[in-house]
Amino acid sequence: MSQQKIKLATVWLDGCSGCHMSFLDLDERLLELAEKVEVVYSPLVDAKEFPEGVDVTLVEGAVSTEEDLHKIQIIRQRTKILVAFGDCAVTGNVPAMRNRFHIREVMQRVYEENATQSHNPPTDGVPALLPRVRPVHEVVKVDVFLPGCPPRADAIYFVLTELLEGRIPDTSAVTRFGA
Amino acid sequence: MRAPVKIKTLTIDGKEVSAREGETILQVARENGIDIPTLCYLEGLEPIGACRLCLVEVKGINRLVPACVTQVEEGMEVVTNSERLIKYRQMILELLFSERNHTCSVCVVNGHCELQRLAQRLGVTHIRFPYRYPNLPIDASHERFVIDHNRCVLCTRCVRVCDEIEGAHVWDVMGRGINSRIIADLNQPWGTSEVCTSCGKCVHVCPTGALSEKGKAVAEMEKRRQFLPYLTVMRGGRQ
Amino acid sequence: MTVDELQQLALKEQEAKQRYRCRINVCVATGCIMCGSERVKEAIEEAVKARGLEKEVLVQGVGCLGLCSAGPMIYVEPDGIIYHKVTPEDAPAIVQGLVSTPVERLICPPDLPFFKRQMKIVMENSGTIDPERIEDYIAVGGYQALIKALTEMSPSEVIEEVTKSGLRGRGGAGYPTGLKWSTVAKANGARKFVICNADEGDPGAYMDRTILESDPHRVLEGMAIAAYAVGAQQGFIYVRAEYPLAIKRLRTAIRQAERLNLLGNNILGTTFSFSVELRIGAGAFVCGEETALMASIEGKRGTPRPRPPYPAEYGLWGYPTLINNVETFANIPPIIRNGGEWFAKIGTERSKGTKVFALAGRVVNTGLIEVPMGITLREIVFDIGGGIPEGKRFKAVQTGGPSGGCIPEQFLDLPVDYESLTKVGSIMGSGGMIVMDETSCMVDVAKFFVEFCMSESCGKCVPCRVGTAHLYELLRRITAGEGTMRDLELLEELCDLVKSASLCGLGQTAPNPVLSTLRYFRHEYEAHILDKTCPAGVCAIRRAEEVPA
Repeated sequence: MSQQKIKLATVWLDGCSGCHMSFLDLDERLLELAEKVEVVYSPLVDAKEFPEGVDVTLVEGAVSTEEDLHKIQIIRQRTKILVAFGDCAVTGNVPAMRNRFHIREVMQRVYEENATQSHNPPTDGVPALLPRVRPVHEVVKVDVFLPGCPPRADAIYFVLTELLEGRIPDTSAVTRFGA
Repeated sequence: MRAPVKIKTLTIDGKEVSAREGETILQVARENGIDIPTLCYLEGLEPIGACRLCLVEVKGINRLVPACVTQVEEGMEVVTNSERLIKYRQMILELLFSERNHTCSVCVVNGHCELQRLAQRLGVTHIRFPYRYPNLPIDASHERFVIDHNRCVLCTRCVRVCDEIEGAHVWDVMGRGINSRIIADLNQPWGTSEVCTSCGKCVHVCPTGALSEKGKAVAEMEKRRQFLPYLTVMRGGRQ
Repeated sequence: MTVDELQQLALKEQEAKQRYRCRINVCVATGCIMCGSERVKEAIEEAVKARGLEKEVLVQGVGCLGLCSAGPMIYVEPDGIIYHKVTPEDAPAIVQGLVSTPVERLICPPDLPFFKRQMKIVMENSGTIDPERIEDYIAVGGYQALIKALTEMSPSEVIEEVTKSGLRGRGGAGYPTGLKWSTVAKANGARKFVICNADEGDPGAYMDRTILESDPHRVLEGMAIAAYAVGAQQGFIYVRAEYPLAIKRLRTAIRQAERLNLLGNNILGTTFSFSVELRIGAGAFVCGEETALMASIEGKRGTPRPRPPYPAEYGLWGYPTLINNVETFANIPPIIRNGGEWFAKIGTERSKGTKVFALAGRVVNTGLIEVPMGITLREIVFDIGGGIPEGKRFKAVQTGGPSGGCIPEQFLDLPVDYESLTKVGSIMGSGGMIVMDETSCMVDVAKFFVEFCMSESCGKCVPCRVGTAHLYELLRRITAGEGTMRDLELLEELCDLVKSASLCGLGQTAPNPVLSTLRYFRHEYEAHILDKTCPAGVCAIRRAEEVPA
């Protein structure tokens, strides 16, 4: 095997991990991919630091916290092709539904009105929420948009194989918002 | 003796077509298998040319014309799919998606929505304009139906079907510009409207999840419009 | 009333006027009333009475004298003295001035270029007649044009004369008036309507209001002539509710004209009948768009519809309808009186006659002016307007209101006509003219007009409804120092969409203030984005180092 493997990363910002589940639905096609790509960073592998020189990164989830913001900027710097992976990354989707309200109202509703035990919002060890949840492309440049909630495995496979062939895929042929 | 039907010949996207006088560009295009995207237009309702998705180029006219209300003329040369038009249509959809809260994944019409379908068809994969996230109410006061203003695109199909077909004129528009909103009667809860006949026509002509039946979960609401052509024919007979 | 009786009335009125040795004309248009001219008028009346001069001196309220920034204004005839900034306390001195020397400290130099460079056709009676007396209008030749049209001319001859004059619509677009009239005249309809569009709404513009307040009969006469020419029996004046004085004077004028049978059935004993009704608009800018205006008159929500069909074939309630602007109708009586050729001698090759402008902003003399077409912007700003105050430097002049654009210094010698203004990215518009100096930020100016269009958009079509809101948001970001070069790109793309795809003129022209400032003042946009500074010092940009960490 003389060909160098493509370095693939997947990250999980503010999302439900459904897109990653859908990724796993590639099933036996994962083996086929494994021959061509090396997963260098992902919730699915044991790497703590986002590495330099990543070829393709799939970003699941919207940018909701200061940590998300920090992460996505590093990811952008270290990635050649950044894919907004799923509706949360592409549109803000469900996490962005809180944008209609002031963050104070949201915290109050979740951690005070509807809390059964502690009535205080957590402050230690959790990143601060941004005033607004934003889709990834409002924060950094995105190269490929893969909408869907979650995008079907076939759509993910299509996008990855196209990228491996050196083409920028037209994702509207295989998926849509809310698909 | 009936007046003879006058026939006009024109070209649409280079294809020579013939049409009856008085037909619109949209009608003639569809008769000939040329699909022009539309949103506010619905066959059977008075066209209003508001969504601007059906804008086309006509040679010799330097502005764009809405195909749904522009009548054909002899020798017209119509272009429906230039790069410029496609770009405008994509932008119009971007504007609509950014205007209100269209969270497709949790919408009752997910998979059966005209707005969603148009986005896919026209290759809109993301929205470049900042989402506006207005805080809009949901009115579930009606016994059988719900209006969710978050999903409304202000196409006014509901207004027109209620006025033109049902004859009740429950719906209208209040406010203006970006603050426009569909209202029942004089801006009161739908359930308190005394003129609403609960016929449900508005629900079924609505292109999005703004109007839906109660009890439908995500992706369960499908719209049925079979009544419209039928009613249109019946009405036509009377006029 | 017959034609002869009307002529006698005119003579009688002229004689009555001549019995007075002099006339003190106090401006009672809105601008001067706001400065207290009504109290000035009362004080002068008292002073005249105190000196027992009631039989010799006539004190009358008149229409606008133009120099609105220096109100209350007074014009003394036949001496031709103009007083400005008059207070009630000045009244005795002014009356004294009639017999001795005029009050030096209040005199407006009559050779002021502000007055000398103007040319009055539409405003010919403004400042000399009492707008609330039809007799005053008749005495100066009012309704003679209507008589001439009804008794000496056929409808097609009237249209011919208007066509010959080269008059173009004064509402902004400049459509040839004669052509519009002949289209309506040719249209088939059981009924026809004439509408006067007095829904003036551009920020800072008050030409139409002033015409209606100063000389309402002129507009009624113009409408009646139009109705005769196109074959209409019913007219509407659509005037916004924010113009209470104009509405009051129009009501008075209509009542007076009806009383003298200059409106109503069988006008002046002829077979021509025409009546006029007022419709009060609720102040939506979009109702100045003709199809929205008609919807509003019909009692519907004031939103435009696609054209064609144009009002000339399918207008009010589906009948052929002629819609013209106030100033257009106000030009008709002199055209019929003096002939189309007379009018066509004034102005430029393609823009005839005069134009009334509301000159505002950073100029010494602000007010209402009427100038011949073809005058240069430089003459308007520096001669009539008296230049920029406080030694500041001229930056741009904004014409056409929210639909227009900003014209920079290099085009100051441009002749004011429809085509020239369009060529440099602005429009003639209805007559708003705002002068800006170095203290104006052009991005902020664009934001102001876009905000206006956003809040006045009716919401019917998507590009205007949502597009103007996004244009505003992008400009807000830029002026707040949050903008990126990507936003600037998006701004330009969006301008193109809103301009090309909107349903009516409001949306189609809403991007103009942005486009014209981008064209001539792009560096100001870039300064906000790249250097995070506002060159004019208007926008409150918080520099990065000032933002608390």
